[in-house]
Amino acid sequence: MSDYRDEITSKLEDAFQQKKALQIKAGSTKQFYGRDIYAEELALTDHTGIIEYEPSELYITARSGTPLREIEQAIAEQHQILPCEPPYFGANATLGGTVACGLAGPRRVNAGSVRDCILGTEILNGKGELLRFGGKVMKNVAGYDVSRLICGALGTLGVLMSVSLRLLPKPACEQTIVLTLDSNAAINKMNLWTNTPMPISATFYDGHDLYIRLSSSLSAIEACKKEIGGESIDEKDIFWTNIKEQTHNFFISDKPLWRISVPPNTETLNISGENAIEWNGALRWHKSDADENSIRTEAERVGGHATLFKGNTTDQVFHPLSKPSMKLHKKLKQVLDPVGILNPGKMFAEL
Amino acid sequence: MRGSISTTDLAKQFHNVLPKDAVLDKDEQLRPYECDALTAYRQLPRLALLPSKIEEIQAIVKICKEYKIPIVARGAGTSLSGGALPHADGILLNLAKLNKIIEIDVHNRTATVQPGVRNLAISEAAEPHGLYYAPDPSSQIACTIGGNIAENSGGVHCLKYGLTLHNILALKILTVDGEILELGGKNLDSSGFDLLALMIGSEGMLGITLEATVKLLPHPHDRKVLLAAFDQIQKAGDAVNGIISKGVIPAGLEMLDQLTIQATEMYCSPGYPSNAAAILICELDGFDEELETQVQLVKKILIDHQAIEVRVAKDNQEAELFWLGRKASFPALGNLTPDYYCMDGTIPRKHLAHVLESISNLSVKHSLRVANVFHAGDGNLHPVILYDANVPGELETAEKLGGEILELCVEVGGTITGEHGVGVEKLNQMCVQFSDAELNTFHAIKAAFDEDGLLNPGKAIPTLHRCAEFGAMHVHHGKLPHPDIPRF
Repeated sequence: MSDYRDEITSKLEDAFQQKKALQIKAGSTKQFYGRDIYAEELALTDHTGIIEYEPSELYITARSGTPLREIEQAIAEQHQILPCEPPYFGANATLGGTVACGLAGPRRVNAGSVRDCILGTEILNGKGELLRFGGKVMKNVAGYDVSRLICGALGTLGVLMSVSLRLLPKPACEQTIVLTLDSNAAINKMNLWTNTPMPISATFYDGHDLYIRLSSSLSAIEACKKEIGGESIDEKDIFWTNIKEQTHNFFISDKPLWRISVPPNTETLNISGENAIEWNGALRWHKSDADENSIRTEAERVGGHATLFKGNTTDQVFHPLSKPSMKLHKKLKQVLDPVGILNPGKMFAEL
Repeated sequence: MRGSISTTDLAKQFHNVLPKDAVLDKDEQLRPYECDALTAYRQLPRLALLPSKIEEIQAIVKICKEYKIPIVARGAGTSLSGGALPHADGILLNLAKLNKIIEIDVHNRTATVQPGVRNLAISEAAEPHGLYYAPDPSSQIACTIGGNIAENSGGVHCLKYGLTLHNILALKILTVDGEILELGGKNLDSSGFDLLALMIGSEGMLGITLEATVKLLPHPHDRKVLLAAFDQIQKAGDAVNGIISKGVIPAGLEMLDQLTIQATEMYCSPGYPSNAAAILICELDGFDEELETQVQLVKKILIDHQAIEVRVAKDNQEAELFWLGRKASFPALGNLTPDYYCMDGTIPRKHLAHVLESISNLSVKHSLRVANVFHAGDGNLHPVILYDANVPGELETAEKLGGEILELCVEVGGTITGEHGVGVEKLNQMCVQFSDAELNTFHAIKAAFDEDGLLNPGKAIPTLHRCAEFGAMHVHHGKLPHPDIPRF
């Protein structure tokens, strides 16, 4: 546990003076995500430690370089969880990387995104100034919500120093059931069940079978199982870890992997290659060699957007923004990183 | 500064783009807009405009941009922080006529609505499909979704179901430059920065909401309401922590202090235990089977924390009675006093007992009564200061007392506003919560969206000059604030 804020600040101040681009680095487990950039590294790896953990307050505050594993272990001892169930993509995943990437796991579907569980952040802007936004309490509407704006910005708006996250109690019981269905029937069923108060905490469809995780008391789960049908599977924790970490067979492939975010009740997308579905239909994974434009057009047709999650890095990883939106993105980048030294180009070439 | 155009000429400009009855310029027409629910602040706008189409709003914004006329958007005017207080040089943009529910999408569980749709109207429209919109600010009968978005409104049930922020999926925003921004969608995330998060709670200063898509939830399977009485308010505070640390997230967990209990008893006779120093109302929801387990667990926790009485509502009727007093608390307190001033700080729950005691000391110090009725589960306090505006100096004392309460909230790691917003009311306390660099960042964000400062100017973010002036009267942590700012 060590506080390297002063060292990081002075490196950042120097870089600002010299207008020298920096690549922010912590656990390096999610470097594949976003555009490739080449710049001097600003390491947060040593800036670690849980600063405050109050189980009864349902929050934890930790430095950005703190290993995610350390945080999950500490809260598991108190029977608590990170609501967004973030993926690691490697043993060294950190809190900072998790928040910067803003990627949530299977539980996103009923417990919210990474941004949803952020209570506050402490950042250094592109001049090396320390700024604190939000706090440790859920209800907080003082000032613009910069702490949640930072989340998912891939380090382009500030260097995270510490983050406070909201926690939830661990569900008393979790069970997974599996049914065999075709793709559109699976999408339909997931959304029918989500329109009821059944405690569905994760869904995954692999092209053949639909897996549903229920999280509640044992008796409530038993009642829901009767309604849904299907068969129980044993190895529930490993199964969902494999989905979250993309170590499930579906994800083992050389083809480009597209992440397509769509309204949940959208029918099967018209994109060549195999696909898998999460989040009650709202998240579609496509292993496809189809050309980029056709995939993006199909995503837009149904009101969604497409990200080249893994594969040959093209110039455009994320879905292109509208003109007015890009104009605002540039202005906001200018506000928090006036000389453009924080992960320039990581999200979009222009930012 | 009245801008570069007379009010008569300005009205003519608006008459070119709006129906005749949509431009209000007479004193008696403008009077209803002079304040929102924070009635201590009043200001007439130059004109009030009532567009009923998006194209009309675009035309209005274009004129305002050309002549640099401030725009204050307003829904139902229920803001408790002066968020919809008019600007002396500006127009008041009343969005109440944009009240169409555009779509209820049952299978994607969304409702797409215009900004003037009332909060409760969304749940009513979704009701036939077994769905509802979760955030329920106490003014939900009247308040509009546009206002809820501006303020990131909370409510009784946000402990479990989140704030407005967690329940908005998409926004169509008109920028002051006349561009339309489509943020979010019926899907769960979007490309680029999370502008949706930035927009929600920005108090109408970054853009004008033209349309919102909100998340709908299925009604819980069942609910149970408990009521517990305590002979000391500290014990009630500890019980709140006890419940949450045992892994229970109630749908709502509310506290009323003795003064509030007495006021509600006189007002609507909910039958609360009359000997209580504090009561807790705890609503649990879930599946039958899990719900009963939770009720037994919470009951035990309440008794372990020395509740002098615990009641579990037998049926919906009794549950409504438990809630009756809580929901009528503000009008009930209004009956005790000519005027009241409702605060809105949030604190980490563990400091509840300490902060309540300090509030009681501040009450004695300033010789004004303070009632406490609040969202205990998420530490969101609503101290209600009772005063009489007709007694010279009492409003100022109430504001001073309120300010000290908010500073206390910041001191224990909390915030000056949990759900009511900063508005015009808490500008001074913003200086306590944020540093110069942070306030500068807010101003720069504002300028990125609205470089002329036309959207709701003067709200939510204080100028550094104002903070310096406030700081002159207010030495924080023994240090003179803003030592680098020249003083005149």
